[in-house]
Amino acid sequence: MKGKCWKFGDNVNTDEIIPARYLNTTDTKELASHCMEDADPNFTKKAEAGDAIVAGDNFGCGSSREHAPIAIKAAGISCVIAKSFARIFFRNAINIGLPIFECSEAAKQIREGDEIEVDLTNGEILDRTSGKRFKFEPFPREMQEIIQCGGLMNFVKKKMNQPENKL
Amino acid sequence: MGMTITEKIIAAHSGLRKVHRGQFVYANVDICLGNDITAPIAIEEFEKAGIKNVFDPEKIVLVPDHFTPNKDIKSAQQSKSLRVFAEKHHLKHYFEIGRMGIEHALLPEKGIVAPGDLIIGADSHTCTYGALGAFSTGVGSTDLAACFATGEVWLKVPESIKFVFHGKVKNWTSGKDLILYTIGKIGVDGALYKSMEFTGSAITNLPMDDRFAICNMAIEAGAKSGIISPDKNTEDYIKGRVGKKYVMYQSDPDCSYTETYEFNAEEISPQVALPSLPENTKPVEDISGIKIDQVVIGSCTNGRISDLRIAARILKGKKVHPSIRVIIIPATQDIYKQALQEGLIEIFIDAEAVVSTPTCGPCLGGHMGILAEGERALSTTNRNFVGRMGHPKSEIYLCGPAVAAASAVTGKITPPAEVLKN
Ligand code: SF4
Repeated sequence: MKGKCWKFGDNVNTDEIIPARYLNTTDTKELASHCMEDADPNFTKKAEAGDAIVAGDNFGCGSSREHAPIAIKAAGISCVIAKSFARIFFRNAINIGLPIFECSEAAKQIREGDEIEVDLTNGEILDRTSGKRFKFEPFPREMQEIIQCGGLMNFVKKKMNQPENKL
Repeated sequence: MGMTITEKIIAAHSGLRKVHRGQFVYANVDICLGNDITAPIAIEEFEKAGIKNVFDPEKIVLVPDHFTPNKDIKSAQQSKSLRVFAEKHHLKHYFEIGRMGIEHALLPEKGIVAPGDLIIGADSHTCTYGALGAFSTGVGSTDLAACFATGEVWLKVPESIKFVFHGKVKNWTSGKDLILYTIGKIGVDGALYKSMEFTGSAITNLPMDDRFAICNMAIEAGAKSGIISPDKNTEDYIKGRVGKKYVMYQSDPDCSYTETYEFNAEEISPQVALPSLPENTKPVEDISGIKIDQVVIGSCTNGRISDLRIAARILKGKKVHPSIRVIIIPATQDIYKQALQEGLIEIFIDAEAVVSTPTCGPCLGGHMGILAEGERALSTTNRNFVGRMGHPKSEIYLCGPAVAAASAVTGKITPPAEVLKN
């Protein structure tokens, strides 16, 4: 995972990520075209596929709308790094397979425009612009299972096909 | 060591005798809920996965309440997907408009949720049902789709924080003010991932409508859930509504909390949260005089009958200030009808307020009262984020029904006692 970083502050809420005025659709392309619109109206013009979002505390707070991580994923953002995530956003990201990482130091020290590289197996973020390396905690085993299946629905299908394993 | 009420409910639904904080469990749900924004994605996911049957047609609730009555063609398509799914799977709890209300006011009213239940909803304010002594939490659409299939949800057992409110609430202070005050103290991520347990004599004496408002806004402190031990008030409320067996769990005296906050309810004035976060709270006296363009009284936080009664008490025989608009939205059909029977609607219309059919409407900037650039609303809803009620350059101030009604009369933010005095 490699890309350029776009920085945001604390408490970025789902109304900023994807305003409710666009929630009368589930079309991912349309949602992607309004990604982060009320936090930065030019975001979709600037960001390129593979780029990352780096934010402060409580990223994705507010409503439960899965449209928020969907819009981010569909806009081609490769991952979100934050000091902390709001819990429903966190669940949704895991469930749809949008990579997210909680890492205070990285969120603090990475600057806008820095090129980063994420090493999933070793739990490490490398800021190629500054040369700094940051460690992050891997997810608990159960969540990794969901991510490895490519999201919750695949996980559920797999489990349902093995009747001895209730979900 | 004992367990909290939250741990007990989660253990009982996970087939375990004991659970501890941080533990990862798969829990059986009693009810799962979706609305016209979140359920269409869940339905798509469910169908894409090729699963034939839902786990239980009596335990899925679909409420088209956000953009309904459908505001445009796209919203109509979304509502239609709920209707078609409900018919196909013979869902017992699908609420067509005319029977529909705002979900978190509707489910308790209809007796669909009960003490001791474990409930998930693809809507962040699902935490409202904690007011009945249930564990209920907001999830996303994919969680809901998985739950349609299996009746289960993955959960991490949350830590609990205890909030004790001593004394009695003051005149004009409501449940909404207590929760705004609390969020002001701990911040919008003050209870991140945690359960907020509300106790103390002030809570024991609070009517159910106020308790719903408190638990409703637990999410605004980042919490997974809010909960109040069920008691006599709870039982009185569910009598005649809940037809199934239920369990009134209580926290053990020796259970543990990560933190305990103690507040004196007698010192808490009606609160107002300034833009653009619910944690920016101030006592109303400190910010009175700020001019407003629109007042909204409604939502899953404050669209219940006691909220409307408070508003009517203040608006009776008065007129809305000529420079502002007032929109009042009873949260459900039953509340609407009761307000009509009690003469509240007539008071509102005489005061020159607009009364709408139940809908989320302006609360999420959907329809029925969107703000233009530079406009300012005072609202009994629960979020004042940038752009929440319309233009990104509009502003929202949050408050309880008394401050909203008083300010409707003066056209500026006003303590209720000032209006009723005159
Ligand atoms: S009233 Fe507002 S907060 Fe409540 S469910 Fe509707 S949109 Fe969400």
